[in-house]
Amino acid sequence: MAVMRYREALNEALREEMERDERVVLMGEDIGVFNGAFKVTDGLLKEFGEKRVRDTPISENTIVGMGVGAAMTGLRPVVEMMTVNFSLLALDQIVNSAAHIHYMFGGQARVPMVVRMPGGAGHQLGPTHSHSFEALYLHVPGLLVAVPSTAADAKGLLKAAIRDDNPVIFIEHEYLYGQRGDVPEDSDHLVRFGEARVAREGEDVTVVGISRMALTAERAAEKLSEEHEIDAEVIDPRTLRPLDLDSILASVRKTNRCVIVEEGWPHGGVGANLAALIQEQAFDWLDAPVGRVTGADLPMPYAKPLEQIAFPHEQEIVDAVLATFRDL
Amino acid sequence: MADRLAEVREEARGRPLPEDDVARQWLEAMMLIRRFEERAGEMYAKAKVGGFLHLAIGEEATIIGTARAMRDADYLISAYRSHGHALARGTPPNAIMAELFGREGGVCRGRGGSMHIFDMERRFLGGYGIVGGNLPIGAGVALAADYLGTEDVCVTNFGDGASNQGTFGETMNLAALWSLPVVFLVSNNQFGMGTSLERHSAVTDLQRKGEGFGVPGMECDGMDVVDTHAVVGEALRMAREDRRPVLVEAITYRFRGHSMADPEEYRDKEQVQEWRKRDPIETFAKRLEEEGILEEGERDKLDEEIVERVDEAVAFADDSPFPSPESLYDDVYVLGDQVRGWYAIDERGAGVRKGEDVADLASEDAGDKERYDAAVEQAGRENVTGERERPTDDAQADED
Repeated sequence: MAVMRYREALNEALREEMERDERVVLMGEDIGVFNGAFKVTDGLLKEFGEKRVRDTPISENTIVGMGVGAAMTGLRPVVEMMTVNFSLLALDQIVNSAAHIHYMFGGQARVPMVVRMPGGAGHQLGPTHSHSFEALYLHVPGLLVAVPSTAADAKGLLKAAIRDDNPVIFIEHEYLYGQRGDVPEDSDHLVRFGEARVAREGEDVTVVGISRMALTAERAAEKLSEEHEIDAEVIDPRTLRPLDLDSILASVRKTNRCVIVEEGWPHGGVGANLAALIQEQAFDWLDAPVGRVTGADLPMPYAKPLEQIAFPHEQEIVDAVLATFRDL
Repeated sequence: MADRLAEVREEARGRPLPEDDVARQWLEAMMLIRRFEERAGEMYAKAKVGGFLHLAIGEEATIIGTARAMRDADYLISAYRSHGHALARGTPPNAIMAELFGREGGVCRGRGGSMHIFDMERRFLGGYGIVGGNLPIGAGVALAADYLGTEDVCVTNFGDGASNQGTFGETMNLAALWSLPVVFLVSNNQFGMGTSLERHSAVTDLQRKGEGFGVPGMECDGMDVVDTHAVVGEALRMAREDRRPVLVEAITYRFRGHSMADPEEYRDKEQVQEWRKRDPIETFAKRLEEEGILEEGERDKLDEEIVERVDEAVAFADDSPFPSPESLYDDVYVLGDQVRGWYAIDERGAGVRKGEDVADLASEDAGDKERYDAAVEQAGRENVTGERERPTDDAQADED
């Protein structure tokens, strides 16, 4: 194990996969000379040269579309969108092309491409740089969606994403880039898609945390234990497509209570979807309605105090968990 | 436009014909596209073909002139009016007609339909329903060809309407910036659906629209297969040898409506008649006859053979089964160690639960069996006559 930051783990994943496979090509805005807006691609241009680390103009839809074409004909592009909000400019190519091509052409073509993008609130970046679009991409059949919350998962999932033959939406979190964690040093250590991580074992309630919210949920679990004698189990699904519903259901059948935490919007959110699945398939095990903690239903405000109350913190999770113990 | 057209035609005139066999083959290839599409239109009227059907009748010289200038290893990528492009690349008419019929024997197993024809083996890369959506993909194909050290060029075909999309400028810029071997071919058929060129583009000299992005333009008479072949051939040479993108504007015309649901209120019959005088097949056949390359009666014989091939394609399509209900979720994902199932949650079947492997999916759970059977039965009725219910033109305008 080596201790490194989340962004360094991503950087290492890119470096190792580029060394392993010459077909891996990076494309994105300011990923080369600038070394990446969030320094994820730091040093890679110097190491691999301009052929493989390609600074692009600000043309999101076309960058992703070129990734699609290159992926169909022999390359394995990793495309960086500077934030999840910018990826909306590329939604046509992500949905109509990347996600559909394998199906609509009867399996003749594959699109082994990764589109990386950071999301999340907390840096006062306002309404066009702070959102969480996991639910948006989760909605689309044909895409895989990864939402790593630790440095180890960031590395293992990105390596697995690059080696997969499906298009992958890889959602990083701006707050997590600087967080440190233990990372396996084995260059073939992959984190397989569709396998949830039990971040904390517990008996009384299942808390599912998406992306950064897995860490917030762990802190909330400590608080629940110390202040309320509630032993929470925290699950980080790590990927939303495929989703390890089995692990979540097994936990719910053990604890009989569930709260889902995400930074994204409540309507049509990851939690809305997951709550429906849990009540469909574990209804008889539930002792309380499935709870949800989400970001506020609004464009993200700039002012720090407003921003701080617009996305979930430990206390909202604690409150939501306590609500599942209320007498009905 | 009229002056420019006259100029382009004047320049096109007098280009020498290729060798006799090649010239005959070009004629045959254009005739095949014409007969195939005429028949596809008939099959649409008989409700054998569903959805939208966009015919390229009138544009055959643009298609064949381009395709015949390409090497087998080159890639061709097109938009939603692309039956002819697939035929030109050698995709069997049977597989295309079966795709239009939505059958398992279709080139995309009935998943794509008319707008999404695709043939990887022959390097025909589709078939895209989003106007301008294929432009970046074409440049990406050229990027891979360049990266992998091949000599392959990607010809990226689109219509005049697509030249107004953001992807046009973005792709021109990137292709020029990265010196990609791509030939952009704008098939200017004078209309973006029902909006005429001068009503949709401030610059109607489309070959010039790439100049500001660093992509030089050329133009050809898209009604003349010889001229198109020569100009696209030169563009291919520049892309291949000089490692740079080129934009070619082929000035052409579609004789039929935008799609089958088009009352053509945006143009008068005289204009269509005027262009029909320059029918690319009629003019080329006449020239071959005049120059003694095509003997008397040879064209009729050729036509008979082509009609037979198209008949066979219809019979093949009709005999090909619909894709099975069990195959509904095939190819949503590339399955493997990591992605083991189809991962949709199909809420229509009470028995279907998350993430089952496709192989474990019981056929009765793949959807409503009665609805599937009813659709198969309806398609199988012989002698379907009269008009079936069609999307209204307004609805089509919204969607298309």
